[in-house]
Amino acid sequence: MKTLLHIRREWLLLAISACIALAVGLRAPVFLTWRNALDIANDSAILAILVMGQMLVLLTRGIDLSVASNLALTGMACALLGKAFPGVSIVVLIALALAVGALLGGLNGWLITGFDLPPIVVTLGTLSAYRGAIFVASKGAWISDQDIHLAIKGLPRAVWLGLPALVWFALLVLALAAIFLTLRKTGREIYALGGNPHAATYVGIPVQKRLRLVYTLSGALAGLAGLLWVGRYSIAYTELAAGYELTVVAACVIGGVSIGGGVGTVLGAALGVLFIGVVNGALPVIQVSPFWQQAISGAVILVSVALNARSERRSGRQILERQGAAA
Amino acid sequence: MSDVLLTLSGVHKSYGATRALRGVDLQLQAGEVLALVGENGAGKSTLVKMLTGVVPMDEGAITLRGQPQRFRNAQDAQAAGILAVHQETVMFEELSVAENIFVGRHLLRGPFVDWAAMNAQAQTVLDEIGARFAATTLVKDLSLAERHLVEIARALSQKALVVILDEPTAALSQAEIRDFYGIVRKLRQQGVGVIFITHKFDEIFAVADRYLVLRDGAAVGTGAIADASEQELVRLMAGRAIDQIYPHIDARPGEEVLRVENLSHPSEFQGLHFSLRRGEILGFYGLVGSGRSEAMLAIMGLNPQATGTFTVLGQRLDARRPGDAIAAGIAYVPEERQRQGGILGFSVQDNISLAGLARFANGPWLSALNESALCQRMTERLRIKTASPHTLLSGLSGGNQQKVVIAKWLGLDPKIVILDEPTKGIDVGAKQAVYQLIAEMVQEGLAVILVSSELPEVMHLAQRVIVMRRGLQVAEFAGAQIQAEAIVAAASGLDGTHTPAPALQQEVAA
Repeated sequence: MKTLLHIRREWLLLAISACIALAVGLRAPVFLTWRNALDIANDSAILAILVMGQMLVLLTRGIDLSVASNLALTGMACALLGKAFPGVSIVVLIALALAVGALLGGLNGWLITGFDLPPIVVTLGTLSAYRGAIFVASKGAWISDQDIHLAIKGLPRAVWLGLPALVWFALLVLALAAIFLTLRKTGREIYALGGNPHAATYVGIPVQKRLRLVYTLSGALAGLAGLLWVGRYSIAYTELAAGYELTVVAACVIGGVSIGGGVGTVLGAALGVLFIGVVNGALPVIQVSPFWQQAISGAVILVSVALNARSERRSGRQILERQGAAA
Repeated sequence: MSDVLLTLSGVHKSYGATRALRGVDLQLQAGEVLALVGENGAGKSTLVKMLTGVVPMDEGAITLRGQPQRFRNAQDAQAAGILAVHQETVMFEELSVAENIFVGRHLLRGPFVDWAAMNAQAQTVLDEIGARFAATTLVKDLSLAERHLVEIARALSQKALVVILDEPTAALSQAEIRDFYGIVRKLRQQGVGVIFITHKFDEIFAVADRYLVLRDGAAVGTGAIADASEQELVRLMAGRAIDQIYPHIDARPGEEVLRVENLSHPSEFQGLHFSLRRGEILGFYGLVGSGRSEAMLAIMGLNPQATGTFTVLGQRLDARRPGDAIAAGIAYVPEERQRQGGILGFSVQDNISLAGLARFANGPWLSALNESALCQRMTERLRIKTASPHTLLSGLSGGNQQKVVIAKWLGLDPKIVILDEPTKGIDVGAKQAVYQLIAEMVQEGLAVILVSSELPEVMHLAQRVIVMRRGLQVAEFAGAQIQAEAIVAAASGLDGTHTPAPALQQEVAA
């Protein structure tokens, strides 16, 4: 019964996204073309990768505000390495992105568990620190199109089996996340410790270790997203993706991942990403002024989050005997 | 029968200045049920936490089958074969029953969780203990009693040497308790050692082989149940006779100060009617989760879905917010002292003055002088033991914390005080002080509602007792009618008085 409601909410999100796409398509048929769909998919792919990491963190009642800074710093590191060693292969670059991202994320996890600090404070601190580190690493200079390594630029533009490589990356991450969260013991323990951290210690879940794991994974995925971002937009600079962490959190919440921990599915979060992708793609097409675009997408996020919160609200405990049982 | 399974020797544990355990020795044999009894705060929960590896012990030794053990965390203790069914259910609401049973040790097939096997095995265990819900149900959809069954299933589904049952029957109905006795006997036959913690003497005599009494962190008596009597156990637990614990109350109920009519809620309680008079203590007794606290919250305007009519001192009260109820002269001391009652990070003085800050104002500014005068007055009146008014609340013992919370409300000069489990988790001496305080309050003309799951407390203090079961007001006793058997029978639905309130019957018929 409850799962039925749950599923319905996710389909509802899909239906709303589809309605928006159709409505916009009526006014501007270009919106419903394959090309535009690929554009939205490409934009959403990077968001989807970040959202999977963020979702893991949110499930444990935490938050990772440093993902956009991590993305930019890792992106810059890859761009600098690519510029210095033109012969480096894409495999090395991907490994580097994952490693640097994981290191930065792991630092978050270490600070949070080692000093027992609130995640929001730690990641707010590293948000600034990582951003500052980009400036130091690049000496404030931009790395523009001609200096970006060809392999980095080529990756997001590659097309495999009719779909852009970016979309394949996102699908791979989504699939791995789904397997991790539903079929792996560690994944289930993340749900458990987010649902009731106190009880988790009682049943012997190593809470600190799991927390370090989720921040490291969130960091690694942010690192991968950084490499892809730099390739897609062919640029690396200090302010890259500034403020994007809020979009990531918003996509999670729209997708039904609870800030309170322990609740959320990969499917839901993915639909949250799709929803944001459609809204952000639609507004310019129907010629909404750029000044209004941000306000409108913000309002849409607030409305959907409020609706979600409403459906989550619980009405009292069931103490009276249910009527069927009493009869 | 004779092989010793588990030994504790000279176990010490302190929390800050509080010495929770002082050199406790314990022996448990295979196939034996040991009743661990003691008042709240005697150290039972601490002992359980140490045995399950949740808190480390300061001093002492644990041996299991002759092997010395050192539990660094809960996993170590589980791996060694010590399992506990906890008093506060350790549950994951958003996960299924099966997953709650296997959490921390999911069944695997290769690298992946084997959901099919987990659901099937969980269902087998649930059927064995007579649970009537599916293993795939989410725990948030279960009642409190059903959650206890899940806890029991969790303990049964693993190979355990020692099973600790920490007040597992607190929320169970009488029929469920009988099933539960069967489970305990089955464990005993399998050669498992059972440590059984309970407040109910009938349960001790029904299932236990031996007893161990804890008082103020020390073991004060042990022996075979066959040689023990209830009076002896009570004397050991309290360390003093009952009439020394409960004060003599010399108050004559006066005029009616509160009338509650037709208090109902869609899912929590229905059709509550009662009145309260000046100088009276009205007891509210019921099993844990019978809807007592929820009803009290409704009086305070904290339960928005509740409906009903409240009359306070002849005036209609329509409490939409706690402020309305407080202004009408009602004070509510909630059950969860540390979460709802006091602010642990605030000083004693700041806690005491919190509810009436407006009274200490000089124009727009708070007056530290007035605040400290109130704090001084209350500290003396309630005999609060604190180093200074600026000590943090977290630095006080449980009993003194509770006194601070009560002081906060007495500072507002209320007419009606609702005390929700005021002696939960505090030691005998502090309990005595709280009872004394309650006696003083009614003698000064306050009216008190005492919500409690401790039968002796309700029986010795209250002039009238209302019993709730499953959200319904099932019985009311006054004066000499207040008999332990009758109250327990009404609260657990034992005596065939399975008559839901008329309102519900009509609704069912309709």
